[in-house]
Amino acid sequence: MTLNIQNIRADFPILSRTIYKRPLIYFDNAATTQKPVQVIRAISNYYEHDNCNIHRGVHYLSMKATEAFEEARREIREFINAPNTQEVVFTKGASESLNLVASSFGKKFLKLGDEVITTIMEHHSNFVPWQIICEEKGAVLRIANILPNGELDFEHLKSLISDRTKIITLTHVSNVLGTINPIKEIIAFAHQHGIPVLVDGAQGVSHLRVDVTDLDCDFYCFSGHKMYGPMGIGVLYGKEKWLEELPPYQSGGEMVKDVSIERTTFNELPFKFEAGTPNVEGVMGLKAAVQYLKNLGMDNIRAYEDELLRHANEALSSIGGVRFFGTAPEKASLVSFLIGEIHPFDAGTIIDKMGIAVRTGHHCAQPLIDHFGIPGTVRASFAFYNTVDEIDRLAEAVKRVKTMFE
Amino acid sequence: MTIQEIENQLVDEFAALDDWLDKYELILDMGKSLPPIDPKYKTDQYIISGCQSKVWLYAEYRDGKVLFTADSDAIITKGIVSMLISVLSGQTPDAIQSADLNFIDRIGLKEHLSPTRSNGLASMVKQMKLYAMVFKMKG
Repeated sequence: MTLNIQNIRADFPILSRTIYKRPLIYFDNAATTQKPVQVIRAISNYYEHDNCNIHRGVHYLSMKATEAFEEARREIREFINAPNTQEVVFTKGASESLNLVASSFGKKFLKLGDEVITTIMEHHSNFVPWQIICEEKGAVLRIANILPNGELDFEHLKSLISDRTKIITLTHVSNVLGTINPIKEIIAFAHQHGIPVLVDGAQGVSHLRVDVTDLDCDFYCFSGHKMYGPMGIGVLYGKEKWLEELPPYQSGGEMVKDVSIERTTFNELPFKFEAGTPNVEGVMGLKAAVQYLKNLGMDNIRAYEDELLRHANEALSSIGGVRFFGTAPEKASLVSFLIGEIHPFDAGTIIDKMGIAVRTGHHCAQPLIDHFGIPGTVRASFAFYNTVDEIDRLAEAVKRVKTMFE
Repeated sequence: MTIQEIENQLVDEFAALDDWLDKYELILDMGKSLPPIDPKYKTDQYIISGCQSKVWLYAEYRDGKVLFTADSDAIITKGIVSMLISVLSGQTPDAIQSADLNFIDRIGLKEHLSPTRSNGLASMVKQMKLYAMVFKMKG
């Protein structure tokens, strides 16, 4: 089934606005995606008709809202094919999910001299929490390299495994390079050595069909706002055996069973990790986003985005002088590049003035950018509502930048 | 010329240009005409780091006036640096400290001085005013 892009674009109100009197061309989807009316309405409907605190109370609204909330959890379980709903924890987003695992796993399982393996291509949210917990516990953070084309150096990662390795944490898809890591293979290898694997799926869920049962990952994290859902909501999937073992991350209301002056016992999964009133509007929006993606079909999305990526590569390489960062054979639909020696900030500013939203800089991946010895890149990240015409406009803008600065 | 007079001159130059891209061509030209900073000041000691582009700033005090030289690795930033230098360099500490630099806003480049932009410029202005204050105190 091919996607009807014009119909899809009509679902996204923001795409019809102008920037500096030019039609908006939004190529910053890796930073955040735009929202279809279905998601926007789910949120406003919730506040107009159903708003209530959940998991408490016996009145009608409370029961209805609780039902809708837990129905959303079931939808997400199905979306990622998790074995059961108590393994689906709602968080503020991928960053919080990653912090939760780093903090709780570290607290319980990391000792002096233990090791954690990560990669040089990680987003700061899957790097800094591990630096912090390793420092706290006297553990060592080992960093797997990349190959020149941006692929993970799997052999190097394998060589880092020792009998002190307690967890491997890595991204599914690089937000700078677009590299899709062979996580199923990595997880299988890690499990042979009894090592659990945490996958940062922030850039994965919007581009690929994610099946956590098939992947056999121990943890998988993602954010709603990067998959056409609202900000402030995300998911941590964790295998039940791990989530049972991990101590709570935040405490207070909702995550408790009994509280007394002497002692407190904790609630069962997933509520043990959901302290306080949840972001119910966010969950409603996320559910609508999941349904939207289900209707389009992740395979159809992937096929279309692959076309966009191919077109972008052709259009930009034909300009001459454009340097690409991340040319792995398996890539998600984004391109990071520099135009000759032109500073990315200069390029991005001019491209912005032509109505095209790209991102410049280190993209919250300073170790990776430093590895390349550059000040940053210009990144254009595509979604299924982008078109090849828009990419042609980007190519024109890049030519304009070249003329202006050279 | 006073700070206000220099600012007005800059605003007039930009007022003639309607299209954003023409304004940026002018900013680029200003960047190219920025007097080069002495290479020995292009070190970490004089850097004002931004998230996106770096700015190096050097200041000295002569005959009651503060003299600035600066550079940036991004040409647009360099252009705005050039404007700030033309406005503030060679002025007294008092004049520098009390300058509100609204010409940036009047030209339409306010976004470049926003702290959230993190391109080093907002920090640079702060630093220039700090230099003025310190030089005045030291006398």
